[in-house]
Amino acid sequence: MSTIIGLTGNEAVAEAMRQINPDVVAAYPITPQTELMHKFADFVANGKVDTEMILVESEHSAMSASVGAAAGGARAMTATCANGLALMWEIVYIAASLRLPIVMAVVNRALSGPINIHNDHSDSMGCRDSGWIQIYSENSQEAYDNTIMAVKIAENKDVLLPVMVTLDGFILSHTLERIEILDDKQVREFIGEYIPQNHLLDINHPVTIGPLDLQDYYFEHKRQEAEAINNALEVVEEVSFEYSRLTGRNYDVLELYRMEDAERAIVALGSTAGTVKFTVDSLRENGEKVGMIKLRLFRPFPYKEIYEALKNVKSFAVLDKCISFGYGGPVYGEIKSALYNYQAFIPAVNYIYGLGGRDIKPTSIKKVFDELKHITKEGVNGKLIHYLDVRE
Amino acid sequence: MATIKELSKKKEIISGGHRACAGCIPMIAMRQVLRAASNPVVVGCATGCMEVVTTIYPYTAWRSSYIHNAFENVAATISGVETAYRILKKKGKIPEDTKIDFIAFGGDGGTYDIGIQSLSGAMERGHNMLYVCYNNEAYMNTGVQRSSATPYGAFTNTAPSGSVSFGKKQFSKDLTGIMAAHRIPYVAQTSVSHWRDLVNKVQKALSIDGPTFLNILAPCQLGWRFPPEKGVEIARLAVETCFWPLYEVENGKLRITIKPKEKKPVLEYIKLQGRFRHLMKDSAKDVVDKIQKEIDLRWEELLEKSKV
Repeated sequence: MSTIIGLTGNEAVAEAMRQINPDVVAAYPITPQTELMHKFADFVANGKVDTEMILVESEHSAMSASVGAAAGGARAMTATCANGLALMWEIVYIAASLRLPIVMAVVNRALSGPINIHNDHSDSMGCRDSGWIQIYSENSQEAYDNTIMAVKIAENKDVLLPVMVTLDGFILSHTLERIEILDDKQVREFIGEYIPQNHLLDINHPVTIGPLDLQDYYFEHKRQEAEAINNALEVVEEVSFEYSRLTGRNYDVLELYRMEDAERAIVALGSTAGTVKFTVDSLRENGEKVGMIKLRLFRPFPYKEIYEALKNVKSFAVLDKCISFGYGGPVYGEIKSALYNYQAFIPAVNYIYGLGGRDIKPTSIKKVFDELKHITKEGVNGKLIHYLDVRE
Repeated sequence: MATIKELSKKKEIISGGHRACAGCIPMIAMRQVLRAASNPVVVGCATGCMEVVTTIYPYTAWRSSYIHNAFENVAATISGVETAYRILKKKGKIPEDTKIDFIAFGGDGGTYDIGIQSLSGAMERGHNMLYVCYNNEAYMNTGVQRSSATPYGAFTNTAPSGSVSFGKKQFSKDLTGIMAAHRIPYVAQTSVSHWRDLVNKVQKALSIDGPTFLNILAPCQLGWRFPPEKGVEIARLAVETCFWPLYEVENGKLRITIKPKEKKPVLEYIKLQGRFRHLMKDSAKDVVDKIQKEIDLRWEELLEKSKV
């Protein structure tokens, strides 16, 4: 049985956390994540969860305490964004290398400088190499659903890695939406009881966690970590399928929107996917064969699925809400490399957009689809990286 | 209080075969602390010598559970483990009669400098843990660089003595005082040269339900430049010259636990150490005088505080 209520993105994640009822939550305030932890702290204060909160003095300590709690066999969660995520960077890598199934909501916000509190993906994209699984949410319903699924993905024995669930700051975190909420019992049965392996508090079986690891073993441990995150692709598919049977909401690593006969496509992730869908619908009314691919899972990267989704289009554009200085958009680079693996040479351009929270409108997305018409006919004329809606 | 004979019969938590230098006083400090614990312990180490010498994969010297996370965050890390312990016990996932003591070890770099925020946060939050600083007064693991615990006039590789320099130009930070200002239940300074004092303080700290802090002066033969067998003797002289007073602050009440019968001049302490060798000449007399003056000042202040 599900209940329909109105929640903001932050409240939706907090609600998922209430139902997950984690053992330990470490928290430090940063806009726009703050409201999420207000809501969760309220659940703690009113006995709605059993969780012990650790109200730390920095994000660095939030991740450090999460590592300690998870190494102690607890189900641990936290949330942050932007500069907060950057401050915990060092320990973000350590959490993954210690194979601790921590779940963290990242309420995407631009990474300084200049300082800006609004949405783009520069924070989570920056730690794409950290060993965390990354799931991007289009709307608050997805943020809720992804948070619940993340626990089960992280704790899978073939994975045992931390998971980052992202939602766009303000655009989702502070916007009221219609959300379908599962029963508490359904959530608890779905995620199951957490049975940790090799933890610090099993005093009859002492364990050394985090030893110095030098030339003779470090590489093997990194290789195992690579294997674990590769295993995650299948696990994400399995868990998403199981979740869809419970909720009727279908999730895959990619969402294909009106792609059956599409000749031009846009690849996007996060809340912009909704705006692209709206634009696709209106162009389709005029008979234009356009479609969209939404990337839900960014790490591990679904190379094969991306190729399958794009192989028949005549041209496509990748929207990146992040810039890798000296290169272009990080999603663009990954997608082109996926196609190279399958020897598919499809004209493709990159649009950097929305940095620092600049609004993205359907008219701008239509411009991209229009440009793809030229690219289909004439190919890419040298310029691969474009900037959308910026004064130049 | 157990006798030294009884303590010596306790099974060591750190096994032999670790890679510490001959005459390593931080290792003696850590072993004395662990010997004093009566419950099973879970230990965290900040990055530093004690982390490096006890664990190089696939080996570990730890017979207890142990975690190393990073350099600056052992306090936050152990606060996470301790919180996990409380909630898992409450949920019945850890047997109710289980008792675990949580101990974090950090060198002075990981405690006075890069880890002070994490330490301050964990103490303020009130976790039931003991934080032990093994203070060898410089970054020894990385090859002897100055820290805020390095004493005035000492040679380090980043503040060396030279034709226009006498070594470190600042006095050490009073971290024990800073921890006492947190108004946590128990803060103390101790030394391996006074094992009874050290063991007493550890046992007192571990018996308290709340955050406690111990600062242990731990001479380093490589960084301080003395023969390996001299470590304990030098540690004792630090106490006898009042360079390193042994005291505790229990619920706000300061008590000097070892008062030297006769306060020796600091020269007796520094002349045994190569890191002060450049001060052993007439032209550097003003530097030694300044060290003595600061020691006298801090000792007088401590005596005043102990009378309150």
